[in-house]
Amino acid sequence: MRHVRLGLMAATVLAAAAFQAGTAMAGEIVVGLQCDRTGPTQTVGTFLCPGYHDYVKLVNSRGGIMGNQVRVMEIDHEYKVPPGMEAYQRFKKEGAVIVGIYGTPHTQALTPLLHEDRIPGTSPGFGSAGAANGEKYPYLFPIAATYWSQAAVGVKFAKEQLGGVLKGKKIAYIYYDNPAGREPLPVLHMLRDLEGFELKEFAIPPPGVEMKVQVQDIARRYRADFVLNHTFGKAPSVSINEFTRQGYPLKKMIGFVWAAGESNIMGAGGWAKAQGFHVMQFAGAGSKYQVLDDIKAMYKAEGKDAPKEMESTVYYNRGLMAAAVHLKGIENAVKAKGGSSKITGEDVKNGLEQVKDFSLGGILPPMTLTAKDHEGGGWIRVFQVQGDGFVPVSEWQHGYREAVMEMVTKGH
Amino acid sequence: MFHRESGYFKTSYKADMALYPLPIGKVAATGFVLLFLVVAPTVLDEYYLSIINIAAIAVVGALGLNILLGYTGQISIGHAAFMSVGAYTAANFAVHFDMPFWVTLPAGGLMAAAIGTLVGLPSLRVKGLYLAIATLAAQFIIEWVLNHTPLISGGVQASIEMPRPVFFGNVLNTQSELYFFILPVTIVAIIATMNLVRSRIGRAFVAIRDQDIAAEIIGINVYRYKLLAFAISSFYAGVTGVLYTYYFGIANYEAFQLPISIDYLAMCIIGGLGSVLGSIFGAVFITLLPIVIRVFMETVGVLFVDGVYLAQVIAQMRLILFGGLIIFFLVVEPEGLNKLWRNIRNYFRVWPFSY
Repeated sequence: MRHVRLGLMAATVLAAAAFQAGTAMAGEIVVGLQCDRTGPTQTVGTFLCPGYHDYVKLVNSRGGIMGNQVRVMEIDHEYKVPPGMEAYQRFKKEGAVIVGIYGTPHTQALTPLLHEDRIPGTSPGFGSAGAANGEKYPYLFPIAATYWSQAAVGVKFAKEQLGGVLKGKKIAYIYYDNPAGREPLPVLHMLRDLEGFELKEFAIPPPGVEMKVQVQDIARRYRADFVLNHTFGKAPSVSINEFTRQGYPLKKMIGFVWAAGESNIMGAGGWAKAQGFHVMQFAGAGSKYQVLDDIKAMYKAEGKDAPKEMESTVYYNRGLMAAAVHLKGIENAVKAKGGSSKITGEDVKNGLEQVKDFSLGGILPPMTLTAKDHEGGGWIRVFQVQGDGFVPVSEWQHGYREAVMEMVTKGH
Repeated sequence: MFHRESGYFKTSYKADMALYPLPIGKVAATGFVLLFLVVAPTVLDEYYLSIINIAAIAVVGALGLNILLGYTGQISIGHAAFMSVGAYTAANFAVHFDMPFWVTLPAGGLMAAAIGTLVGLPSLRVKGLYLAIATLAAQFIIEWVLNHTPLISGGVQASIEMPRPVFFGNVLNTQSELYFFILPVTIVAIIATMNLVRSRIGRAFVAIRDQDIAAEIIGINVYRYKLLAFAISSFYAGVTGVLYTYYFGIANYEAFQLPISIDYLAMCIIGGLGSVLGSIFGAVFITLLPIVIRVFMETVGVLFVDGVYLAQVIAQMRLILFGGLIIFFLVVEPEGLNKLWRNIRNYFRVWPFSY
């Protein structure tokens, strides 16, 4: 019976410690953050979420938002939907005024709930392109270029690289064969008809580690003039190596935002193996930004080293960007309430829609959120692998904005 | 006179077949039904009801897999795929034909049962690990088909927005409303399974599990019952998928991928193979444990770790503790939580005069 007692003890200890959830204190603003540090996308989450926390910590260390401290409540959901739903309910219970959603199915499942509960949610890099339409989804804020905007910038960049004319040029679109991978297709088809280029699609079946045939086809048979690379996970690394092996110049290729991290380059064998590779970023890559120096200084003042997650600048900066936009929206809401911490999700939603030309020293695009445009302008900056890092080769830009927004409004 | 019985003895077939061998079982079952239908929704707030909702859905799925795995002895690693079949069937019916939940629930289940029977065909020839791989193939094939058939999966996103269930004109929106939608289904599933496993069919399943050649010799049509087990199990999976779809408000295959199948296998094994109560224990355990560990870490962790790193520590410790506790419980009692519970129960039945 020793075992029984042992089991009972373990159960009691766990039960006793559990369910002591606190509620928001006075002068405290709660934000909810979903994260995936342990699931299939942990290579992103382990860097993205610390970026979020560090920025909030920085703001708090400077006295918070008009004297109100911000508490981040992070819940790791392993990219599974039921824990994500539970996480959202917990945020709601704790009185969160904004929720950072992580994951495409989570975004879709939470969209109606956000609307019912009047809590704004952000989904940078997740969810569908239609969410940019703030009139249709008033409480969902992609706050970063959707796949449609990315595809448009990709075509625009190809046009610039190919001498300003796309007519008769051959563009290959190599993509991970899942919904996210296929999502840009309508925009690409629209732009093909508009610009008169030839488009050929090459699907990489999951898990995306075998693409020799497709790459050979692009490089040797189809002889594409430019390649749009929309892959995830391990696939970007594999594609860099595979294109190099086939002798295709990497400078004639651009990777979408999830093929654009340091980990993708490391996976391909380091910076030297990826020279010339273009990538799209919706938050600035690299570490030459004032806000990052401020965070380092903050840690130094505490007598600590800067977190090692900062070395993965792409994902870290994206987390920072989400935090910056969240806090900007909250700041606007607090201002509207005259400095009170008693704000609701609705206030924050309105606050977000007043964010205008917010770039935080260049780490963010000149973001402008409106009641109609929850994407913030669909900004992308193109970076290129040069030497030991990503070097910006363009300004913040968007491509074919009117045509894309027309499709968004129509709800294609 | 006040005394305790020394054990329980059955003197008739009727007693042997009884749903509750002891009167206390009936009392406890009624008590639990009352607790969950009356007390819980009045006492608990939305957040706790949402946890019960998620756990209750998982119970249905775990019951289904346990019928196949625990009672019939056939393994399936495609359980989540069958859920996605149910999910998309219901979503299509609800969106395109405007059907209410009392049509989509059985429809999703039946479609999953049909596909499940098809996938179960290899079980007639292969066993054990080989069958595991055959059903694993089903997981990938179904995923692929959903991903590439816009006709079923509703376009390029492979997701269909599901309207909320409507009950006599009332849209079930909040967690407490959904609670009264999900819990009755779970209760029906539990009662149905309890009755199934003591019926002729259930006993045939057990005979096949214990020794299929012997089962065939005593006149059980092994082929028929194996396929029936797959069909019933997939029906449960389909219903689970429909419940998830109504709960999430979206049918999306990304919610039904391989790790989910593995989760359900874990529920059955940790809860206890071949037991209804075990399925419930397993589903609740796997659903609640990460939450409980997280809350535990949030309370205890702040004492040791600095705020920003706490999130990282919680996420990692949760996995470590989760794995550790699963090993702990399985080492303490390899037959699962159900056996653990029976040990406790039997201990207290004769307490304090144990022998």
